[in-house]
Order: sequence, then C-alpha cells, then structure tokens
Amino acid sequence: MIKLIDVTKTFDNQVVLNKLNLVIPTGKITAVIGPSGEGKSVLLKHMIGLMRPDSGKVLVDGEDITVLGHTALNRVREKFGMLFQNAALFDSMTVYENVAFPLEEKTGLSPAEIRDKVHEALEHVGLTGVDKKFPDELSGGMKKRVGLARAILLDPKIILFDEPTTGLDPIVCRATHQLIKDTYARYGFTAVVVSHEIPEIFDIAEQVAMLYQGEILEMGKPEEIQNSTHPVVRQFITGSLEGPIHLYERRLRM
Amino acid sequence: MLLLVDKLGSLALGLIREMGRMLNFLLASLYTIVRNPGKPIHIFKQVHFIGARSVFVIVLTASFTGMVLGLQGYYSLAKFGAEGMLGAAVALSLIRELGPVLSALMVTGRAGSAITAEIGIMKITEQIDALRTMALEPFKYLVSPKILASLLALPLLCAIFDVVGIFGGYLVGVKLLGVNPGAYFHGMEKSVEWKDVYSGIMKSISFGIIISWVCCYKGYYVGHGAEGVSRSTTSAVVTSSVLVLIWDYFLTSVLL
Repeated sequence: MIKLIDVTKTFDNQVVLNKLNLVIPTGKITAVIGPSGEGKSVLLKHMIGLMRPDSGKVLVDGEDITVLGHTALNRVREKFGMLFQNAALFDSMTVYENVAFPLEEKTGLSPAEIRDKVHEALEHVGLTGVDKKFPDELSGGMKKRVGLARAILLDPKIILFDEPTTGLDPIVCRATHQLIKDTYARYGFTAVVVSHEIPEIFDIAEQVAMLYQGEILEMGKPEEIQNSTHPVVRQFITGSLEGPIHLYERRLRM
Repeated sequence: MLLLVDKLGSLALGLIREMGRMLNFLLASLYTIVRNPGKPIHIFKQVHFIGARSVFVIVLTASFTGMVLGLQGYYSLAKFGAEGMLGAAVALSLIRELGPVLSALMVTGRAGSAITAEIGIMKITEQIDALRTMALEPFKYLVSPKILASLLALPLLCAIFDVVGIFGGYLVGVKLLGVNPGAYFHGMEKSVEWKDVYSGIMKSISFGIIISWVCCYKGYYVGHGAEGVSRSTTSAVVTSSVLVLIWDYFLTSVLL
C-alpha cells in the first residue's frame, strides 16, 4: 500500500501539491486524473522517491521513504516498475538491450535465460522482430510497449504509469489500455495510472482519484466519479468549457 | 550603488553555491568509484570512446605542434649557434608542458563536449530517472566509468602526443633544416630526466579528472530543453579548458 500524508511540494513559489492525502490500495488499479499541469506526474515521482516533498510523508508498505538514504531508498524502489510519459528508453541501446538491461544489472541470470525472458516480455506486449531497432526507429506506441516490457521484467509489486497513452491515436490508445489490463491480470501488481483519457480510463481503473489545485478533490470507484455532482469533476469529465476550471488561469499555471 | 552591491553579493553567493555543488559531485563520484566502480565493460567502452577515438586528432595536432616547435626552435637556437640543442628543446617543451596540456584540450573538445551532451540529453529525456526507478545508481553507470576511463586514457594519449610531436620536430629540424640527427637525439637523451616524464604523467592524470568531472557535472545539472544542453556543453568545454590551464600553472609550480 502507498499512503501519502499531508504531502506539500512547491516549485518557485507555486504550490503544486498542497497537503495532499491519498491511499493507493494493494493489488488494484488506481487512476489519478486531472487537468494538465496539475502535478499528476509530480505526485507519481513522489511515490517512487524521485522527488522529495517539502513536508509530509510518503509511506510505501508502512515505510516513510522521504527520510530514507540512497541505499534504503533503492531497496524500496526494487518493489517498483515505472512507465514514463515518453517511455524514457535508453536511446543509445537497442530494444533488446533496453529490456535486458535491468536483468543484466540486477540478476545473476545467464545470457540464454535473459534472452528468453526478454523475448517473452516483448511477445507479451506484442512486439517481435524489433530486437535490433533503436528507440528513435519506433513509433510512440511501440516505445511505450518496450517501456512496459522493461517495467514488468523484474516482476515488480507496484507499477506506476505516467500518462501511458498521451500522444497516441485512439486505436493505439485503446490497445495500450487493454495491454495494461491484460498485464495486470497476468502479473497481478498494484498499479497507479496517471491519465486524462476520459472516459477510457474508467474501463481499466478500479479506483479513481481526481487531482485539482494540489489536492485530491474526490476519490472513489469509476462509476462514483462518473456520477459525481462536484462541479469541477463534472466539468473535467464532460470536457466542458463552462465551469469552475478556467482555461485562461490554467494556461498561466502551465 | 546598493543595487550593484546586491548584485555582486548574489553573484558571489551563486558562485560559491555552484563550487560547493561541483565539489559534492566530485566527492560522490570518487565515493562511487571506491565503493562500486561497476562492470569493467562499461569502463572499457569509455576508454575506447575517450581514448582510442581521440588518437587521430591527437596524432594530427601533435605532429603539427612538433613541426612548429622544430621550426621556431631552430631559428631561435640558431641565433646562439645552439642548433644541436633542438632535440632537447622540442622534447622538454612537449613532455613537460605541451603534451599534457594540448592533449587535454583536444580531449575536452572531442570527448568532453560529447560526454556533457550525452548525460544532458539523458537527463532531460528522463533516462536518468529511469535508471533510478530501477534501483540503479546513475553515478555508477554514467559518471564513474568516464572518470576512470579518463584517468587511464589521458596519460596514454599524452604519451602518443609526445612521441609524435618529437618525431614532427625531427622531420622539420633534421630532414628539412639539416640539424644533425645524432645531436637531435643525443641532446634529448641528455636533458630529459625521469622527473620531466613524471611531471607530464601527473599533469595528464589530473587533467583527466578535471575534464571528466566538469563535463559529467555540466551534463548532470543541465538546464531545460535543447538550449539547456547546448549551453551546458559550451560551458563544460570552456570551464574544463580554463581549469586545465589554471591547474597546469599550479601543478607546474609545485612539480618544478
């Protein structure tokens, strides 16, 4: 379980997370939705210790990771896998080398065992015959698949997805959501998906949290969020220009 | 007036903060090297990149440096009727000073800028964050191998520079201007001592640390976007080159 307690983060006098409280239950897919520039990626980076809050606690299985040193933090990070918004593949390595890298560095497996595992993971995400390609030769959707293959390979307990479908066409977007769902069914991890793909995200999430102005505005099952009467949540879900979320203000915040 | 003092103060504070951060970065890198230097393959790859791939540019600059030393040295020494000392003059200039400094400046331009750009791009495209999420220490993969490789490659490149430079001086002094070949090499053998070679090696090693440290640091703390990478790369080359020259003066005064 991941628990964020009163987490505050400020960048250049702009409060991005404001005494935020959130609980990510074990073994479920939790979606964090909210307008662009509201700090969803920042929130995700706090969960894995890539950022430290100005104040507050981030508990991962009961351990406060905000006070941990490098070695202890790395021990906690071994529970995680992460798929970045732009996949963050190592651009000087081939697809095969990218996926094999964590296995080569963190396990004592033989090259043959690594090869089998890499091919199994690539096959699971629907990629074959791309071993020797470099990331810049792949499409956006393919990069995300390679990123997912790399993230699942060490069998993490928690996987963080940072806008996994941003920049993809609707079909690839749906296929990626389906892939996350299939991977979740097969590997059974705790997932946190940051997204603003409405309404597709409601199909894969078991719990949805709406982030707005640095706080979790509402949290509940997908149908509860979809039926919410909160004006901000309603406006975000319907994508209406009329409502409390002012586009002009948001542009300034971005 | 108050505004000027305010600006100067803030500039000084910024400079001190930057120097502190650079020192911390160096200490963290050295700590990683001592604790867990990583797989030899990562270091060999960097030795190949920083060392082997710089050989061409080193040979080219060394040969012309040696040739111009031969030319200038001959006309200066001829005024005193001491052309026979040309070999010693060329060798001492190269081994004590020009070999280490010029090879370091060449490596800064060729490999140092590439190191900064590589790390900088990895930083802005979240590849360094990706390493950290895998519970892998970025310093172990990106910084330590480059510092170790520079320590190994710079003295070797300097040795190549010295040998090629001496040969360049020989070509001009002996083959073109007619200095006696026996005198050229005998003068060199008589005047070059182990102390001179040692000072050149020490300089090369310390320049290797300076170049890799500054260039890795500038890449690691890159600004935003392509412009940030471009600024960091320029700053890395300028800072490394200036530090190499400043350190060269201090080291020379100690090693003399």
